[in-house]
Amino acid sequence: MATPSGPQGERENYLNKHYGVGSWLLTTDHKRIALLYLISITFFFFIGGFFALLIRLELLTPAGDLVQADSYNKLFTMHGMVMVFFFLIPSIPAVLGNFLVPMMIGARDLAFPRINLLSWYLYIIGGVMMMHCMLTGGVDTGWTFYTPFSTAFTNTKIVEAGLAIFVAGFSSILTGLNFVVTIHRMRAPGMTWSRLPLFIWAHYATSIIQILGTPVIAITIVLVAVERTLHLGIFDPKLGGDPLLFQHLFWFYSHPAVYIMILPSMGIVSEIIACFSRKRIFGYSFVALSSIAIAVFGFLVWAHHMFVAGISVYAALIFSLLSYAVAVPSAVKVFNWTATLYKGSIRYDAPMLYAFGFLGLFTIGGLTGLFLACLGIDVHVTDTYFVVAHFHYIMVGGALMGYLGGMHFWWPKISGRLYPEGWARLAALIVFIGFNLTFFPQFILGYVGMPRRYYQYPQEFQVLNVLSTAGATVLGVGYLLPMIYFLWSMRYGKPAPDNPWNAAGLEWKTPSPPTTFNFEEEPVVTWEAYNYEEIDAHSDIRPDEEAPSVG
Amino acid sequence: MSDHSKSSPLKMYFSVWAALLVGTIITYKAAFLELGRFNAAVALTIATVKALLVALFFMHIRGAHEKLLKLVVISTIFFLILLLALSMADYGTRLWS
Amino acid sequence: MSDSPAVAIHGEAHGEAHGAAHNPALLHHFAEPQQQRDAASLGMWIFLATEVMFFGGLFCAYLIYRRWYFEDFGAASKSINATLGATNTAVLICSSLTVVLAIWAAQTSRRALLIGSLVLTMLFGVAFLGIKGVEYKEKFEEHHVPGASFSFDRVPIPRHPDQYANPQHAQIFFSLYFIMTGLHALHMIIGLGIFTWLLIMAWKGRFTPEYYTPLEMGGLYWHFVDIVWIYLFPLLYLIDRHP
Ligand code: HEM
Ligand SMILES: [Cu+2]
Repeated sequence: MATPSGPQGERENYLNKHYGVGSWLLTTDHKRIALLYLISITFFFFIGGFFALLIRLELLTPAGDLVQADSYNKLFTMHGMVMVFFFLIPSIPAVLGNFLVPMMIGARDLAFPRINLLSWYLYIIGGVMMMHCMLTGGVDTGWTFYTPFSTAFTNTKIVEAGLAIFVAGFSSILTGLNFVVTIHRMRAPGMTWSRLPLFIWAHYATSIIQILGTPVIAITIVLVAVERTLHLGIFDPKLGGDPLLFQHLFWFYSHPAVYIMILPSMGIVSEIIACFSRKRIFGYSFVALSSIAIAVFGFLVWAHHMFVAGISVYAALIFSLLSYAVAVPSAVKVFNWTATLYKGSIRYDAPMLYAFGFLGLFTIGGLTGLFLACLGIDVHVTDTYFVVAHFHYIMVGGALMGYLGGMHFWWPKISGRLYPEGWARLAALIVFIGFNLTFFPQFILGYVGMPRRYYQYPQEFQVLNVLSTAGATVLGVGYLLPMIYFLWSMRYGKPAPDNPWNAAGLEWKTPSPPTTFNFEEEPVVTWEAYNYEEIDAHSDIRPDEEAPSVG
Repeated sequence: MSDHSKSSPLKMYFSVWAALLVGTIITYKAAFLELGRFNAAVALTIATVKALLVALFFMHIRGAHEKLLKLVVISTIFFLILLLALSMADYGTRLWS
Repeated sequence: MSDSPAVAIHGEAHGEAHGAAHNPALLHHFAEPQQQRDAASLGMWIFLATEVMFFGGLFCAYLIYRRWYFEDFGAASKSINATLGATNTAVLICSSLTVVLAIWAAQTSRRALLIGSLVLTMLFGVAFLGIKGVEYKEKFEEHHVPGASFSFDRVPIPRHPDQYANPQHAQIFFSLYFIMTGLHALHMIIGLGIFTWLLIMAWKGRFTPEYYTPLEMGGLYWHFVDIVWIYLFPLLYLIDRHP
């Protein structure tokens, strides 16, 4: 049994092995790169959050009093671009995935550590370009860059923003590539595919999308940049081009991209639910394969964003049907998680609270997705706040909840410290309440006809908008809290034992925080994933002692 | 990866090379024949055969000691076709109604 | 994780074990060379998959406009020099042959052949770019480069000499032509960079029958660029060559 380590520095680990800025900026350790990402994406989260705050403040009153139409257009555009491309897409894979994928499969690092570092630098270059673009004028097209507005009309910085996303996109591709190769090639002996944690399956599926989808938006951006500078006519109806071609190419990536955001979160939720109900995930193989199914089906539905844009009726029918199909694997997951909870010995620690939040909010988000996939309803609510509410329920209620849950769950491993549980539960509660207060009114607003992307609205929508802005404030507090107590715990938190949750999974068999190469000896896996029944049966024995002691 | 245990692959390399050159000449010549709609079909079929030759013999997909690489190739082609086919589901049917 | 000193000691032990390993090319986090090679080749193939999708977006745009504006595309395509295109196809095919020869030479320790093949590959690559340059120059002189000075006036449509192609639609063709061949040429230039590096490594004698992974990876990339061209040639040059 491991004695909890003393203050940092007593035992050698990945954090204290080397000192100095250089040792961080040139590191190839997947765990350190994960922390570099953590800092960078948190920075962008607060930038994006700042824009959101301004948007909600403007919408507090019906009149356009805080900002003018032009600035409002820029605000929601930059909010979307930053949150999607610089926060949510990298968030879980680049931070928790980077940290955990090698550890969960018993590897010492990702297959290509230097490419991993390169991918962080690409992200940073893209991020700097994006910041520069925003500080020198920004973009006003919406994060979707629809042509011909973006190519022939707006005089904002489309090309620069596009290039920033292009570069960040390659960072995302390289992360995915690294994960797939790592998961195929670096598994420890005995770590068969059917023993992989569902977190790994989820990241594998995510990587497929990153690899096959991202290049398409990259080339689309190239086309937009060329079209905008030279006016060739590729997307310009005046010159014989088809603006819908842009939408096809854009959504070919951007619909699957929403699964880049949600799939890793689903992986986290699987880990948390299993651990805090002390059960093997119900229907493990269904949950695992549904991740792959989502990744594949996710590529078949993109034109459901274009129902009213002028695509053919027949195509709309096909894409509507296929959109229903993609909901099936998502539903499989939700049912299986629920079944896992059934008769589990549930503990309500902060990570589990976030997982519960995920379950409820993702379900609402997914079901309203079905509304939108229904042609008749979509004509009514497309481009209204209903759509805004739908995707925020999934991206914020789902993906972000999962990310926070995961950060709490693995924080002891990452930092070697325990976070204050009471504060964490309180924060989870605040986030949940704040979230619903912000976004539930938007369903109603959209349904009764408030369009998205306008800075003014009729008087009768004010009550719901005030509720939404109030909720956003609560939500903001909910996000600041973890920021504060995580930082606090790094200094003052109690040292974490190696396995504070008594969880299954190879990552818990490393010290907290882990050493640079994670494992002293290559582990040999002889047990199935989530063997909680076994672990609890000898509950006086910690899982790390069951590991064959090769050392 | 390692076919140096086998006999020299040079003969195979040169035959593939010759086949690729012949394919290029046929493609070029066929383009000037009057084949109606089949001009494109012929050109693309030959191109696909040539691409397969390169992938199978020069890039050693044929001798790859595991199925995984083949799977990568096949699924990439599958997703490429998805992109083209589902876009066509729109463009091909716009004039129907 | 029984106690901390053990961790440190094992950490050191690994460092030494690898330091003493016979293959200096083996990176610390791999257990054995085969694992490292397999990782590299899988990684390369996945990278090529992203490349396929990257060009795929362009092929999608091409396909759509070619169906819409077939006659105009035919007329525009006819104005490009197909003989140069065919020659370039042959040049690339020859360069693919020299790439496999280079790998075979490394496998069988034939240093002269290895270096000769690499040099030949690069010469073919440069020849390709040169021919491409001639072609671009022709287009430039004919004012077929999209933009302000573009002109495609009174060019008859294949099979219908009495009808003229729509210059706007032809401009879309030429836009795609320049973007597709331009990106392809960019890949060739990157390929030349990679092969320069491989040549230096080969010169220094880094490749042995046991270790030639970089050659293989560079080769995969080169062949892929060749395959893209195999499709670009008929699609861009040979749309409708009838009078
Ligand atoms: C259960 C499966 C889902 C279905 C059937 C579905 C369906 C839809 C439909 C039909 C729209 C278009 C609405 C419109 O513009 O009129 C839409 C929009 C959107 N969805 Fe979903 N969705 C699903 C899951 C998701 C997930 C998992 C995410 C994100 C993680 C997501 C994020 C978005 C976003 C961002 C938009 C709006 C994009 C924009 O116009 O800016 N959806 N969804
Ligand atoms: Cu979608």
